[in-house]
Amino acid sequence: MALKIVKGSIDRMFDKNLQDLVRGIRNHKEDEAKYISTCIDEIKQELKQDNIAVKANAVCKLTYMLGYDVSWAAFNIVEVMSSSKFTYKRIGYLAASQCFHESTDVIMLTTNQIRKDLSSPNQYDTGVALTGLSCFVTPDLARDLANDIMTLMSHTKPYIRKKAVLIMYKVFLKYPESLRPAFPRLKEKLEDPDPGVQSAAVNVICELARRNPKNYLSLAPLFFKLMTSSTNNWVLIKIIKLFGALTPLEPRLGKKLIEPLTNLIHSTSAMSLLYECVNTVIAVLISLSSGMPNHSASIQLCVQKLRILIEDSDQNLKYLGLLAMSKILKTHPKSVQSHKDLILQCLDDKDESIRLRALDLLYGMVSKKNLMEIVKKLMLHVDKAEGTTYRDELLTKIIDICSQSNYQYITNFEWYISILVELTRLEGTRHGHLIASQMLDVAIRVKAIRVFAVAQMATLLDNAHLLTGSMQRNGICEVLYAAAWICGEFSEHLENPLQTLEAMLRPKVATLPGHIQAVYVQNAAKLFATVLKSQEGNTDSTTAQETSQLMIDRLPLFVQSANLEVQERASCILQLVKYIQKLQQKDVEVAEEVIALFAGELNPVAPKAQKKVPVPEGLDLDAWINEPPSESESEDEQPKAIFAKEEPKHSRPRHTEVDEKELARRREARKQEQANNPFYIKASPSSQKVYQDAPGVEHIPVVQIDLSVPLKVPGLPMSDQYVKLEEERRQKERAEKKKKEKKKRKEKRSGRGKKHDSGPESEEDITPAHMVDIVTEEMPENALPSDDDDKDPNDPHKALDIDLDKPLADSEKLPVRSHRAAEAPKSPAEDGDAESAATQEPKKKSGKEKREKKKDKDRDRKEPVVQSEETSEVAAPPTSTTAEVSDLDFWLSNAPVPSNTQ
Amino acid sequence: MIRFILIQNRAGKTRLAKWYMQFDDDEKQKLIEEVHAVVTVRDAKHTNFVEFRNFKIIYRRYAGLYFCICVDVTDNNLAYLEGIHNFVEVLNEYFHNVCELDLVFNFYKVYTVVDEMFLAGEIRETSQTKVLKQLLML
Repeated sequence: MALKIVKGSIDRMFDKNLQDLVRGIRNHKEDEAKYISTCIDEIKQELKQDNIAVKANAVCKLTYMLGYDVSWAAFNIVEVMSSSKFTYKRIGYLAASQCFHESTDVIMLTTNQIRKDLSSPNQYDTGVALTGLSCFVTPDLARDLANDIMTLMSHTKPYIRKKAVLIMYKVFLKYPESLRPAFPRLKEKLEDPDPGVQSAAVNVICELARRNPKNYLSLAPLFFKLMTSSTNNWVLIKIIKLFGALTPLEPRLGKKLIEPLTNLIHSTSAMSLLYECVNTVIAVLISLSSGMPNHSASIQLCVQKLRILIEDSDQNLKYLGLLAMSKILKTHPKSVQSHKDLILQCLDDKDESIRLRALDLLYGMVSKKNLMEIVKKLMLHVDKAEGTTYRDELLTKIIDICSQSNYQYITNFEWYISILVELTRLEGTRHGHLIASQMLDVAIRVKAIRVFAVAQMATLLDNAHLLTGSMQRNGICEVLYAAAWICGEFSEHLENPLQTLEAMLRPKVATLPGHIQAVYVQNAAKLFATVLKSQEGNTDSTTAQETSQLMIDRLPLFVQSANLEVQERASCILQLVKYIQKLQQKDVEVAEEVIALFAGELNPVAPKAQKKVPVPEGLDLDAWINEPPSESESEDEQPKAIFAKEEPKHSRPRHTEVDEKELARRREARKQEQANNPFYIKASPSSQKVYQDAPGVEHIPVVQIDLSVPLKVPGLPMSDQYVKLEEERRQKERAEKKKKEKKKRKEKRSGRGKKHDSGPESEEDITPAHMVDIVTEEMPENALPSDDDDKDPNDPHKALDIDLDKPLADSEKLPVRSHRAAEAPKSPAEDGDAESAATQEPKKKSGKEKREKKKDKDRDRKEPVVQSEETSEVAAPPTSTTAEVSDLDFWLSNAPVPSNTQ
Repeated sequence: MIRFILIQNRAGKTRLAKWYMQFDDDEKQKLIEEVHAVVTVRDAKHTNFVEFRNFKIIYRRYAGLYFCICVDVTDNNLAYLEGIHNFVEVLNEYFHNVCELDLVFNFYKVYTVVDEMFLAGEIRETSQTKVLKQLLML
């Protein structure tokens, strides 16, 4: 080999060559750093010599020093790059591509050298320059060299053409202005005689189109031709991926694609190609509205193929199959649901990423019918799971699955609460907070469940030592926060408030985190009020007095708390209770007043509600209220920040420390305000709306679903019981329903609220076991739907969103040194117009056709421009070129005039 | 599009690093460590794909060496997996039964092979014979 000979000669010439360096480093394992620093010193010496061969060797050695800062040698690298000998040049470029970056200042010096190499008669010089350039191209280099590279795209050697085409993408990214002038040439390369160049062009356009697909729609016919003719799987994959990006913009394209793609799916043996096809078919099906009659066959095909992938023993295929399945799930949940068995199997897989994918799928697959069953399976997995991360993932998924779309699939909230309670027994989970917020959410929003929830929470509080037992820093004690609050707020439902109060004031509570203690103290006061209330009519006042004494005995513990919040609350409440005790001793009825402290109900408020309050007319938030002080500018911004940042935390009680009078006054004021406030929407029980079709935030639906016997299970129930009970209940219901239906058939359905379809049990048939009001979170009226723009403004691809069909202006031509001007595009303007005419005209016409016809005729004579556009959709206009005709053929052939373009 | 190609051994020593995005040196070092951390913990029963930051890593293990390619999430996993294998086959052919030491001592040749097969973040040449022919010319 030539290389060996060259290297041999180098060997003889130098004291330490690359081999020695590598060996040396490997032999000095203990004092590597020291050895390397001596080597670097040697290299520095070598670089000072005039001999280019020595320098090249030194640079080569430097390149090996991956991870060490070698920027000081940048200039020497440039020297080696400019060597006329290919072997050295290559070393130079390699070193440059490894260690140059945009801020390397010597890059400026390379421009002319690179240009010289690019136009070198030796194709390898050109090649190596291109390769190097691809790694360290800067905006300046891109601008100066764009034209040279563009010329290389028509080089005689395919080897160079291929490289030049690929580099263009980098150039576009760094210098977006070059895209338009270079695009016609790039388009030509799609039909290059060399398949390698062709595939390079496909690669580049695919990459461009993926970011800004709409600019590349006009290339679809060309790609379609390529797809049907090419046999190279690598190219096919790229093209098919490109189509996947285009179809959402042009449904007609999708219709054309289905057939060749299904053929490919049937015929190909390459899994990668198959996978890409399935992906694009899915994209097509998503883009098509369900109006297409025969696409269920394609879905079936996809799902079948994916099933084969998932069943495969190769983990990679399994993973990808699940991934693609989740895409189908979004639009065609029914076809995926039938493979539930398979997906549940995947939960047992050894690879965590497969299990997580399967979990994602399950999320979309639940229905009212199978929710309990699926969650039951997941609970089993929770028990089995090793490793807390996966178990935590399971936990969040269970909660996600259950709470999705406003608890849409939960028919039995008692079951859900008991699931949550069971989850609290997980050891070492981080998600105590999540469980807590679910408990709060359910208890606040589902009124019917409160009795049950309160009972469960009381048990939890009673057994708090089980949760906090081993570790104090345990995340699960967050649950106690929720439990304490629920017990306090809804204390009227408590069977034995005194016992719970006792549980909340145990000395052990003082070991809990501060914010939880604070809630304990506050809610102990609520419980205290309830106890007083319950003893009101009682002639024997000992219980009430004992309770007061209990409070007075236990609260001092919290008064000593290091946590400010706890301390403050405890001392306030302590004083209050002492005062009450005095009154009690005088036999004064205090319960009414005490209970008034906590009167009124807290409504759930959506987390974004504050942000959504529309600015009233005539209010200018930016206007000055007072004239700004002349100098202090930093404070000027403050008023704005207050409005932007304040977000109310939903379903969290706001505890403010106020005295009795103030509190009562505030309650009164709030009631007043609520009555007058048009933005405050009360949960009126009469409004019957189905929340599925109310995505808008202004809807505040109160879902009321009537139904049967509430279950009462004492103690801490296992959620499994509910699964059984639920089964029985459903069976009973079904039987009843059949009876009803017989009657109903005569009466005919009247209301839409209750739908009882005959036939197999459908989603709507399963009625919840409770009278359930799911109060939606409150939002102000006229709140705008969120329009969060999650696009990254710094995305370099944004700059490439350029209309390629506009004619090229003179000013846009690439800067040239020589007289070679950038080739002007042939007729992109006409092409583009015809295109837009084809897509827009039919829509316009179908609506106004009749009215416009007369006018059209008049116009035809007067305005020739309009005429050519109008006729272009029917037949080829005389002005258009043959390319356009084929374009139109592509769009219009065997596709009827679309009813809905775009 | 390929973001970077890494060849690492089990101990985390980098044998090749080719970047198609610009990172500064610290960032590169961090990426290398992170990739090593996610890839080496996976055993043969696991998939060859790992989600990684905003990208994904397609990797394949050959003896003690991990060949990792970091690509966009939307890219075709299997195609790049094939791409890696193709690359390794070429290396094997070029070095006649390639081993880790070949890559250590001839690192610049490996870079040339990479450059022949991948360019500017795309797969450039897939035909093994063509690549090998080209390499012999250089």
